[in-house]
Amino acid sequence: MLPAEHDVRRIIGDGDLVADGEVDGLDEAALLDLYKAMILLRTYDERSVVYHRQGRIGTYAIFWGHEAIQAGSALALADEDWIFPSYRESAIGLLRGMPPETVLAWWRGHPAGWWDPREFRLASITVPIATHVPHAAGYAWGAKLKGESACSIVYFGDGATSEGAFHEGANFAAVMRAPVVLLCNNNQWAISTPLEAQTRAESLADKAAGYGMPGVRVDGGDVLAVYEATSEALDRARAGDGPTFIEALTYRSAPHATADDPSAYWDEERVEEERRNECVGRYERYLRRVGVLTDELAEEIRADALGRMKAGIAAAEAMPPPDPEVVFAHAYVDPPPGFRDG
Amino acid sequence: MAERTLVEAVNDALHVEMERDGSIMVMGEDVGRAGGVFRATAGLRDRFGVDRCVDTPLAEAGILGTAIGLAMAGWRPVCEMQYESFSYPCLDQLITHVGRYHWRTGGAMQFPLTIRMPTGGGVRAPELHEDSPEAYYVHTPGVKVAIPSTPADAKGLLAAAIRDPDPVVIMEPKALYRSPRGEVPEGEHVVPLGKARIAREGSDVTLVAYGTMVQTCLEAAEQLDASAEVVDIRSLKPLDEETILASVGKTGRVVVVQEAPRVAGFGAEIAAVIAEKAILDLQGPILRVTGYDVPFPYWSIEHEYLPTPERVAEAATKVLAY
Repeated sequence: MLPAEHDVRRIIGDGDLVADGEVDGLDEAALLDLYKAMILLRTYDERSVVYHRQGRIGTYAIFWGHEAIQAGSALALADEDWIFPSYRESAIGLLRGMPPETVLAWWRGHPAGWWDPREFRLASITVPIATHVPHAAGYAWGAKLKGESACSIVYFGDGATSEGAFHEGANFAAVMRAPVVLLCNNNQWAISTPLEAQTRAESLADKAAGYGMPGVRVDGGDVLAVYEATSEALDRARAGDGPTFIEALTYRSAPHATADDPSAYWDEERVEEERRNECVGRYERYLRRVGVLTDELAEEIRADALGRMKAGIAAAEAMPPPDPEVVFAHAYVDPPPGFRDG
Repeated sequence: MAERTLVEAVNDALHVEMERDGSIMVMGEDVGRAGGVFRATAGLRDRFGVDRCVDTPLAEAGILGTAIGLAMAGWRPVCEMQYESFSYPCLDQLITHVGRYHWRTGGAMQFPLTIRMPTGGGVRAPELHEDSPEAYYVHTPGVKVAIPSTPADAKGLLAAAIRDPDPVVIMEPKALYRSPRGEVPEGEHVVPLGKARIAREGSDVTLVAYGTMVQTCLEAAEQLDASAEVVDIRSLKPLDEETILASVGKTGRVVVVQEAPRVAGFGAEIAAVIAEKAILDLQGPILRVTGYDVPFPYWSIEHEYLPTPERVAEAATKVLAY
């Protein structure tokens, strides 16, 4: 049976006809951690759009509405697991303790946006589509060969599944039984190109069968479903059973980036509907139904996130301009003579 | 010292280096069970096991892309591209990541990858088995490139590449894989990147070349009435400008020879360096003898494409008479 023939996994109900489920092992504190992570990401994203309009950061890739995918999966990871983000997950390091000013510096085109991947077990933001899928496969394979228990997770979009690099990475991961989670954020759009122009597959998760790995479809607006699916994939990986492909279904109800004008191609009514059902609100209503979240607590969490962003942009703006010498600083470990000639 | 072919010297280097450093792994198409289509990796799988000599899926971008992740996990991958022309898919990873990742981490992480591939023509093979794509590689910031022309240098440059903290591409002239043989030092042998070799001393004209064209230049030198010096640059980046300029300073005349197509080839870079730094030493124009701006021809007429000793001697005669 192909993944497309299964129901999409959901845990959060609608407060009416669809009952709420629960995830084994997630206590109140863990549920709130997921909420805090989503609010931090949401705040980062909304503030970044404002900062861009104010000329305080450069072009910025928006991830509004994708917080459930990012928080749900990242919090399922062990500390030692490595994250390979695309630009859509630019701020996922915040969930590993990276200060907001580091990510803001990246979007300000400032070299303080460089980081040591080992510090946060977080690879660099990958700009070209899908080319980091083989990196994640290689890292997981390499860690396994060294007898370590670390896994990796790689994030990419629906458009990325059309790239050769996705295929080569997925195939290597499967052949080497690499402990990696391939997390496809299927938000239905690659800038202006809709999913139906990207593939004839009924479900992107069906592609997994071709690699000999499980494919899982999950509601990408349901942070608990994403958390549970990622946890299961990591359990498989750590047990030596290799990679899993997770297709997190969502809808990009914000522009691709600050430079994008989606009015030329998207359906306003559908976007409005998706925005009404966006992931942070859904989870918030769930937490209130199960009695974990109060107005006061929600306000405190939001204020904390906003405070961190305000401090982050202030810190980023207080950074001195980069030393021009940095142009030559890290092109090579052992540079050839003449590399400065221009 | 042992008499070895160039491909045996490559194999020797891999054995010695893998013995020395347990983090080195060899990966590529047919490198394990078959020992490589040219036998460059023969014996490694038996000696070091399937985890350190890996038959990969047939995907060059996947090989180089996973090698980046392997390096992040602490490995020192040596990737084989089966033929230079098959390496083209890996250029995506090379340009977008291999040459940039150290920089992208602010210098925090090193990516000491080695990429080996046979290169060049003269072996009567089907289409896309005989290209000379060194310019694509050497033009990529963050990446070093070396091309040996002798068995001893094939061993020593590969060892240097493997030990280098930066990504290095080693292009092995496949026409020289099986002959001639040459003396190769036993055990650890490193030829530092960035040191040219005077393949023949002379005083009237300098012939600058690398790879198979070194032998072509040596043969051309024999045909000349004048005394020709042959400089084997060995390493394209880093480039030993000093040795080239010293030779040109001595002779005042120079011919640069490459097998690759002429336009924007590495010979143009060498010519530019000489023009910029030694114009007053020159007694004639810097001439190039190169392949043409055409696809490498079908093998039955490949001799019409490859630079010959006669063409090199003709160019040298022209510049000597200038």
